[in-house]
Amino acid sequence: MNSMKKLVVSVFAVVAASSAAHADPLKATVIHWWTSGGESAAIKQFADAYNKAGGLWVDNAVAGADQARSTALNRIMGGDPPTAAQFNTSKQFHDIIDQGLLNNVDDVAAKENWDATFPPSIIASIKSNGHFYAAPVDIHMPAWFFYSKSAFQKAGIPKEPANYDEFIADLDKLKAAGVIPLALGGQAWQEKITFDAVFADVGGPDLYLKIYRDRDVNAVKSDAFKKVLTQFKRLHNYVDPGSPGRNWNDATALVISGKAGVQIMGDWAKGEFVAAKQSAGKDFGCFPGFGPHSPYLVAGDVFVFPKTDDANAVKAQKLLATVMTSPAAQVAFSAKKGSIPIRSDIDDSSLDMCAKEGIAIMKDKSRQLPNPEMLTPPDINGALQDVITNFWNKNQSVEDAQKAFASGLKS
Amino acid sequence: MAVTPADKALRAPVRHAKRKPLRKRFALAAYIALLPMALTVVFAYLGTMLWSLRTSFTNSRTFASTSFAGVSQYVRLFNNDRWMLSLQNIVIYGVLFIVICLVIGLLLAVFIDQKVVAEGALRTVFLYPYAMSFVATGLVWQWILNPELGIQEVLHRIGFTHARFDWIVDQDRVIYTLVIATVWQASGLVMALLLAGLRGIDDEIWKAARIDGIPRWRVYVSIVIPMLGASISTAFILLFVMVIKLYDAVVAMTQGGPGTASEVPAKFIMEYLFGRANLGLASAASIVLLITVLAILAPVFYVRSRALRLRDAR
Repeated sequence: MNSMKKLVVSVFAVVAASSAAHADPLKATVIHWWTSGGESAAIKQFADAYNKAGGLWVDNAVAGADQARSTALNRIMGGDPPTAAQFNTSKQFHDIIDQGLLNNVDDVAAKENWDATFPPSIIASIKSNGHFYAAPVDIHMPAWFFYSKSAFQKAGIPKEPANYDEFIADLDKLKAAGVIPLALGGQAWQEKITFDAVFADVGGPDLYLKIYRDRDVNAVKSDAFKKVLTQFKRLHNYVDPGSPGRNWNDATALVISGKAGVQIMGDWAKGEFVAAKQSAGKDFGCFPGFGPHSPYLVAGDVFVFPKTDDANAVKAQKLLATVMTSPAAQVAFSAKKGSIPIRSDIDDSSLDMCAKEGIAIMKDKSRQLPNPEMLTPPDINGALQDVITNFWNKNQSVEDAQKAFASGLKS
Repeated sequence: MAVTPADKALRAPVRHAKRKPLRKRFALAAYIALLPMALTVVFAYLGTMLWSLRTSFTNSRTFASTSFAGVSQYVRLFNNDRWMLSLQNIVIYGVLFIVICLVIGLLLAVFIDQKVVAEGALRTVFLYPYAMSFVATGLVWQWILNPELGIQEVLHRIGFTHARFDWIVDQDRVIYTLVIATVWQASGLVMALLLAGLRGIDDEIWKAARIDGIPRWRVYVSIVIPMLGASISTAFILLFVMVIKLYDAVVAMTQGGPGTASEVPAKFIMEYLFGRANLGLASAASIVLLITVLAILAPVFYVRSRALRLRDAR
């Protein structure tokens, strides 16, 4: 018993001594939803970098993006804000900015010259009334086309399609070869991603921005948009009957095993290929759209910094913003996460083929296209998702879908 | 010490006077003991209900705001196709679910009541689904019902190549798969409730029926089931609550799909509350749901309490 007591006392002494030696590390409580294998390995890169920079990272992972965000909101409103909280690069956190509940990180942004370093679509999402309210940490492209090399070989497809019609022709070949042409997880959000991929490529950036950014109802009624919907619905011939309700990673598994040809999914799907020991360029291929000028949808994650007067917490927030956006941490994080770094002044040799292609494309500003969530508030975005999933699953005429889309845009 | 009558006269009213406040104090203690529960009801239930009611008349988004927006959220709600579909779905689902659960639960209870062998084991088996989280079992149901993984595929492999069981991917039939899976889960609970009711029925009734030569099924239909009224109405209320809060089964099995074919009100509210950041619309939807529930349950409770009062009077 006595020795036990001694042990406890000595452990306490050691702990006390070691924390005293560090002279008050800047404690940062960070709420995020990265809980899967690859994701938690990625966020650990930030934690390590922050601890090395003299901070103390207190990890607060909450499973599920919605849950994590509502935890953060509840703590902000309850007066016990975390040091930083994860949101998507979108309008999700703009209500909190308007309520004056976030600290800005203008100092860091000015010092690191964010305006010149980060892509304009990301700046548009994190900057409000001239202030920077979030630190972007990654760029995800939600609509990559991943394909199985073995399935393409089996169907006798020599190269990646260069336009939408070629793509449809390839799907026909895949179907003839007896594989599922398009691996789609029939859940509303995945159908929306598929639609946005078609929209950006078939409709073009101008129509895309007119509808999502300007919410132009006349553009929705146009023939160009009608064509987009028609082309999107054509894909329905190429999914298998088991598609509805399937999870995205199960759809990826179909491509990995060669049972299916193509999946349209965000670059996080690469994690599944890597876990199955497949590598980009060898076992599977990726293209972000058709041809050399295809638009590149930009999405991603940011961390916001809830309002606090505690000087140490403010310091911790600034240190977090600096560390997370620093080139070294960005590369280490991206390699694990499957995303691409938010800055181009980095060494991309450790990243895979698709990420390298993404980085190269991001250098051409004209190809960047913000994803719908950056342009529309969450409830309108949700209403549009309902419209698309109905159109996809029901026998609805294109005209009715146009009407529903227009009323969803106005709601 | 001698006690004079005068003393007695003095004391008696004192004692009498003392007794009354004592009783009062007892009542006070009871009220104090009830206070935490009363406060919980007033603040946690009624308070939040009123709060939701107020929020439903504002244009709140991520945060509750106080800017009054009239009934615009309600107008928006009833113009929302998905909400109307959710209401329609919950009615179809609710009727089927409650009726089938009560029938199967009753049959199971009667079956077990026949003093079968291994009654304990069977009871556990029937009640087991209820003990498991639907988040897990819903996923299993999703696989079983998936045409490429589950029953249909098995039938195809053993030779019935034209067999079709693809309800879960069918717009018009997906709601029935939710009924199947949740009936599997909840009928064991109904069985347990009704079995307790059956065991409470006096053996004399059975003896009398046997002497009169009434067949068993007739005794059940005409005598025993009417006597189970209280148990059945308890089961009904529990099932009704499960219908209203139906959410986990949908999320685990269909995510509201294909399309929006299996959307339900609770999922609508959850999504607008958090993911779609529209507190105003979500509050309006939950108020509509609350009013619907009250409109259905209030008569049930009224009839039940009236029946009890009549019985007590007799």
